[in-house]
Formats: sequence, C-alpha cells, structure tokens
Amino acid sequence: MLILRGSIRFPEFTAEIDVSAPISGIVGLFGPSGHGKTTLLRMAAGLERGHNAYVEYNGEVWQDDARDIFVPPHRRRLGYVFQDAHLFPHLTAGGNLDYAARRAKQGRTDLTPEQVIDILDLGSLLHRRVQDLSGGEAQRVAIGRALVSRPRLLLMDEPLSALDLRRKMEILPYIERLRDEMDLPVLYVTHSLDELSRLADHVLLIRDGSVVAEGAVPEVMQRMDLGPMLGRFEAGVIVEGPIVAQDETYAMTDLAIGDQILRMPRIEAELGTVVRIRIRARDVSIAIEQPSGLSIRNALRSRITEIFEEDGAFAEVLMDLEGTGLRSRITRESVDKLGLKPGMSVFALIKSSAVDRRLIPGGGKRSPGA
Amino acid sequence: MSPGDLSAILLTLKLAGATAFILILIGTPLAWWLAHTRSKLRWIIEPTVALPLVLPPTVLGFYLLILLGPAGAIGNAWVQLTGETLAFSFSGLLIASVIYSLPFAVQPLQTAFQSVGTKHMEAAATLGASPFDAFMTVASPIAIRGYITAAVLTFAHTIGEFGVVLMVGGNIPEKTRMISIAIFEHVETLSYDEAHRLSAGLLIFSFLVLMAVTILHRRAPVRVG
Repeated sequence: MLILRGSIRFPEFTAEIDVSAPISGIVGLFGPSGHGKTTLLRMAAGLERGHNAYVEYNGEVWQDDARDIFVPPHRRRLGYVFQDAHLFPHLTAGGNLDYAARRAKQGRTDLTPEQVIDILDLGSLLHRRVQDLSGGEAQRVAIGRALVSRPRLLLMDEPLSALDLRRKMEILPYIERLRDEMDLPVLYVTHSLDELSRLADHVLLIRDGSVVAEGAVPEVMQRMDLGPMLGRFEAGVIVEGPIVAQDETYAMTDLAIGDQILRMPRIEAELGTVVRIRIRARDVSIAIEQPSGLSIRNALRSRITEIFEEDGAFAEVLMDLEGTGLRSRITRESVDKLGLKPGMSVFALIKSSAVDRRLIPGGGKRSPGA
Repeated sequence: MSPGDLSAILLTLKLAGATAFILILIGTPLAWWLAHTRSKLRWIIEPTVALPLVLPPTVLGFYLLILLGPAGAIGNAWVQLTGETLAFSFSGLLIASVIYSLPFAVQPLQTAFQSVGTKHMEAAATLGASPFDAFMTVASPIAIRGYITAAVLTFAHTIGEFGVVLMVGGNIPEKTRMISIAIFEHVETLSYDEAHRLSAGLLIFSFLVLMAVTILHRRAPVRVG
C-alpha cells in the first residue's frame, strides 16, 4: 500500500495530493501531461519534498512533515527509471550496473546481476560506453541498473516516452518479462494508452495531482465520463478473451468474447491464451440488424447502454458486449437515422484490421478477468 | 644560477603547489554550494569570491597585510596561537595566495558542477548512494575537467602573482622571496642577465603548463548527458 498526501506547488496551480493505492504487479499512473504524475512519483521516491507531505509504503513512513520525518531517497530501497536513462556518463554500461550492484539493498536475493542481464538481454552491451548506446539500449540498461539495486518498489517515469515507436516495441517485451517473471511491484507513469493497456493491471487516473478514478485497466478505460481525459482519438475499450481457434488458411485467429467470436488477424499463441486487445471507438460501427454483404467479419450482438451526443457532428455510443463495454464513435446523424436508443439490441461492427493494429499481446499468463 | 634564485624558484613552486592543494579542498564545497544553493546568501558570497579578479593586487595585499599583521584580527590570533607573526612569513603568503586565487578555483568547479546537474545525483540516490558517496563517485568524476582546470589555474596564477606577494610577504630571501620579486629586484639592480634567465624560465614554464592543460582538456572525455 502506497500512501501519498500533501500539496505541491506547480507554476500554474497548487495540487492537493491524495493517493492511496495497493501496489502489486504493474500499477499505471495515467493521465494527460502536466497533471503531476511525475511529481507524484518523485514524491514517492523522496526526490521532491512537497508541503505538509505524508508518504508511506507498506506501513513504513517515508515522510511525515508533521512529525519531521524524512527518509532520504537512498534509504528507501526503491528503484527509479527516469524518462531519459540518466546513465552515469563516466562509466560503461556494465559499470553502471556494477555501481548499483555494489550498493544493492539487502533482502531480495533473486535479483542478481546475472539474472537481470539475462532477462533484459544486456550481455552484449556491458562493455559499451554509455555515449555509444542507442536510446532504447540506454533505457534497457537503466532499467537493469534499477533492478540490480534490488528495490522493493520500482518507479518508472514514462520510460518509453523519449523513444520512437520502433524502440518502444523493442523494450515493451522486456518490461512484460519483468512483470511476469519477477515479483516486484511497479508504479508506472505514462500518458500512452497503449503502454498502459499492454503493461498495467491496475490504473490510477490522475488529474491535478489526485486520483480521479482507479481500478482494473479494462474497467477504467470504458468509463464514458472519463472520455475527455483520455482524449478523442484514444477513446476506446480493452477487451480480453481466450483464443479458441486458429485458421491456418486465412491466417486468422478467433477470440471468445463471452459466447461470441471476435475474428482477428492471426496471433502466434496457443489455444486458450488470453489476449487483450484495444478497440478504438472510431473503429466500431453500428448496425440495427444482422448485416450481410459486408467486408466486415465481426458483427457482435450488443446492447446500447448510453449515448452521448456532442456539440459537433459526433456521438459516442456505449454498448454492453457480453458484460464488457464497447464504445462506438458515429455521427449524430446516424444515431437519429437509425433511431438508436439506450436499451436497444444492435450489432457492433468491428473491422478485423482495426483490431490488428491495436493488438496488445500482453496478459499471456493470466487467467481471464484477472 | 645563483642560490638565491634557486631558492626563490623552489619557494614559488612550494607556495603554488600548496595553494592549489588547499584551494581544491576549500573550493570544492564552496563551488558545490554555489552551484546548488537557492539561498539568498549567494548574492553576497559569489561576488565576494570574485573580488580578487577585479581588485588591484596591491589593494588586496594592503588589506591582507593589515588583517594578517600582528595588530590585525587574524594576525593577532595567530601570534597568540603560535607565537609567530603571519605577515612576512610563508604561512601569511599562503593565506594571501589562497584568497587571491580563490576565484580561479571556485569558478571552474562551479561551472563543472552546474553542468553535472542534479539528475545524476538523483539517479545515484535512488540506487542507494548517500549524498557524499554520490558526490565522490558520480559528480566528481563527471566534473573532472573542472578539477583539472581549477588546479592548474590556481597553480599558475600563484606562480605569477606579484602585488599581493610583495605586500604581504615582502622580500626576505629563502622565506618570502618569490620568482616575480626576484626578477623585479634583478631589474632594479640592472642585473639583466639574471632577470633574463628567470623571466625566460617562467615564460617557458607557463607556456608548457598551458599547453599541457590544453592537451589534457582535449583528451579528457567530454561528458554530456
């Protein structure tokens, strides 16, 4: 359990901070830029003091201004991965790891340098000068360095945001391995929905330094009222389900969403593997009867639960698909012409190619709904 | 070369070495503080440190002489403590040199520490390094060029000083007689040959030192990020 309270003065506003959340697995701190996510993380680490602050982790008080308690960062036994790697430029990549290993905290015995080097695939980088590493490599070394110090809690501050898409895709699998293979609570700051939905189990939605919503990632993502925070083009939902069939001929994969089947381009995974996908609202259309003669293969029976009409041309329709939410972004004109109303049964049309683009091959070892 | 000149050279080297050594010790924490403090006190400390850059050495020497003299605050305390006077002694010269060359140590160090920034210190802290540990193992190695520059500049500056040395130390052979004063005396007594020998020596030495610094600077890895 991590508790953060206090106030922080930003140039534009003063934020009253009040966060308390159990940290297990990867917990995402998610929200738009400039809303104090990084500051929260820095407060947890003791790099930022705040005012009248109170910080507690698993019953251990790290800061209590009322009682004049402040445990300095180097005694908190945590790891911190900065936005840009912050590797020590006077040491090699291996030297950076050694630096952390020499100061490793007592307690955990499983995070040996050898193991970390193995998991993050750092072997070939060790002798390299920090200046000669690519952005992605440097960030991998930085993650390794934080792990080698044997933290009880790993704080990651948008570790991928300084990287281009290709480098991101290079690193993501490593962070997934960490999540799956190490029992290490991680607080992960991001403003990217993709990273969040792929990596995090639990999310704290941050606005102005405070938690405005929290819960399992799929649940929070489909909440309509948070739409403005998530941003128009990011709006969408997370759907997860096990693989029930593989079609070799057409290279397609079937996911079971409740009793229905979502067909998508092939995923290389065994039957039964639970796959999470993100479906963006703008990739979902609506038909009021079973469509025919369409190229779209996915027509899933859903029930409209809410319709939000915006000022402009568009409306957002929230549907219930076998117990999970589904969002569709269509024109207000369509809503009127089709006579869409809450409670109506409709068919949600999802292009398979849209699913493919938003494929999130995370959640490999989890059971459905976990 | 006369024994007098030789002892002047040795004395000068000794003074310059001791000054550089002391200034690295004093200048490091001072420069670190100046590089990171948000205290308003810095608006007084920083110009004070820089004063020797603009003051005529004779002005500085004059006040130091008064301060270090047997009637001065420091000089008096020194007499009580050691029974010796500071003015016209090597110790007095050393104190004066340290003050006179202070900005030549503090400014390069401060610049170096500022460019190290806080991020590496923060990274070190999250890896379990105490502030002192992080300073010794992260900030200092990254700022190594600042240290080299500070040491060389204070050393060379001390060798070349004249006004302060003359005011505080006088011209006592084998005690306070520095190269620059020896040259001045040779010129005054029209012993141009001796003046030439010392001057040319100093010229070549200074050039070699500066050349060494230039090469060292090029070689020392540039540390960005």
